[in-house]
Amino acid sequence: MNLVIVDYKAGNVQSVLFALERLGVQATLSSDFETIRAADKVIFPGVGEASSAMAQLRARNLDKLLPTLQQPFIGVCLGMQLLCEHSEEGDTEMLGIIPLPVKRFQTELKVPHMGWNQLEKLQSPLFTGIAEGEYAYYVHSFYVPMSDYTIAQTSYPEPFSAALQYKNFYAAQFHPEKSGAAGSQILENFLAI
Amino acid sequence: MLTKRIIPCLDIKNGRTVKGVRFENIRDAGDPVELAKWYAEQGADELVFLDITATNEERKTFAELVRDIARHIDIPFTVGGGISAVADVEVLLMAGADKVSINSAAIRNPQLIEDLAKRFGSQCVTVAVDTKYTEVTGWKVYARAGTVETEHTTVDWTRQVVDLGAGEILLTSMNNDGTKAGFALDITRSVSEAVAVPVVASGGAGTMQHFADAFQIAHADAALAASLFHFRELSIPDLKQFLKAEGIAVRY
Repeated sequence: MNLVIVDYKAGNVQSVLFALERLGVQATLSSDFETIRAADKVIFPGVGEASSAMAQLRARNLDKLLPTLQQPFIGVCLGMQLLCEHSEEGDTEMLGIIPLPVKRFQTELKVPHMGWNQLEKLQSPLFTGIAEGEYAYYVHSFYVPMSDYTIAQTSYPEPFSAALQYKNFYAAQFHPEKSGAAGSQILENFLAI
Repeated sequence: MLTKRIIPCLDIKNGRTVKGVRFENIRDAGDPVELAKWYAEQGADELVFLDITATNEERKTFAELVRDIARHIDIPFTVGGGISAVADVEVLLMAGADKVSINSAAIRNPQLIEDLAKRFGSQCVTVAVDTKYTEVTGWKVYARAGTVETEHTTVDWTRQVVDLGAGEILLTSMNNDGTKAGFALDITRSVSEAVAVPVVASGGAGTMQHFADAFQIAHADAALAASLFHFRELSIPDLKQFLKAEGIAVRY
């Protein structure tokens, strides 16, 4: 399988590469249009701040390319948020692929939402073999609200979108590459889509 | 429900794990990658690696170790020790670390916290605070591995670093560290109530009840220990079973 990880110098790319390596899968790290277009599947990681990440994407014209992709695609953490329309983080215009907003947690609870929390109402092949209530690792201060495209939810304290699917675009707010055996299973499930 | 985190801490010197008792009397407790894998299998929620002798030459070795750890474990980990610039952090995050912990550099140059938060996001910036209580000073912040008293009172300093963009506080009580007499519940609770970000309690864990107290009395979000785990005096599965029975949310 020709698997490409989008390289835009704003992500915990190494962790994703290592997680795939543990699954015995090789991936190419690239920001090249032809390489990304030719991929069977695309992984879009992201850790960091929204406006900086968008600037990095624009500097490589990836904001033009990514919305046109047709193959199975998954955005992780900030990668999920970047697929949306607008983020309250730095009042940032995002890629606009999924018609949803990104909001900051307004809660008495600690922010960032950091640690292991439960995946619930799983409704996608992405979660084959994953039990309701399985734990995944989160670290984020902004979230995507519940929507028609939500395929799993987590509560903090209100339910938010743990994962999304919109056409060929999947997204996970948690870090499958850091979520132990369950996370590896979710990555494997994506590769099998 | 978000669970409370149990975090083994591995102090690293020359690529090996060590643990200082009251910051003295260092003992060798094994190979970091092997220990890390073992802890991940045991159900540790996160790991912390502190490079306790970071010089410029050693920092390069540490980055290679970080890469080796990231290759082998599938849970998050924080690295710290000797970080003084954005470039240091970039190397460690690119090697696969999830968070970095800064301590003395944040005291010397608080602007660094803001620079790191802006460049990498608050979620990967942990500020480690070494604190010590005396009757005269109250709880004060110490720099340089606990050797130098600063002007900062602990609660004010933690508020300040959170305002600058810290995403987590790792609070170590020097009075309690190495004593196995329990975490410093009063200052941990004061900090936890003063800041909106997660607080990791550190220093003094000796029994399972100490962890329950850190969560229930001091309202810590995570609790860290080293020798207690390294020398197998307490197992993480037993600890989590105990905490669960106490009604504390844990990943079990």
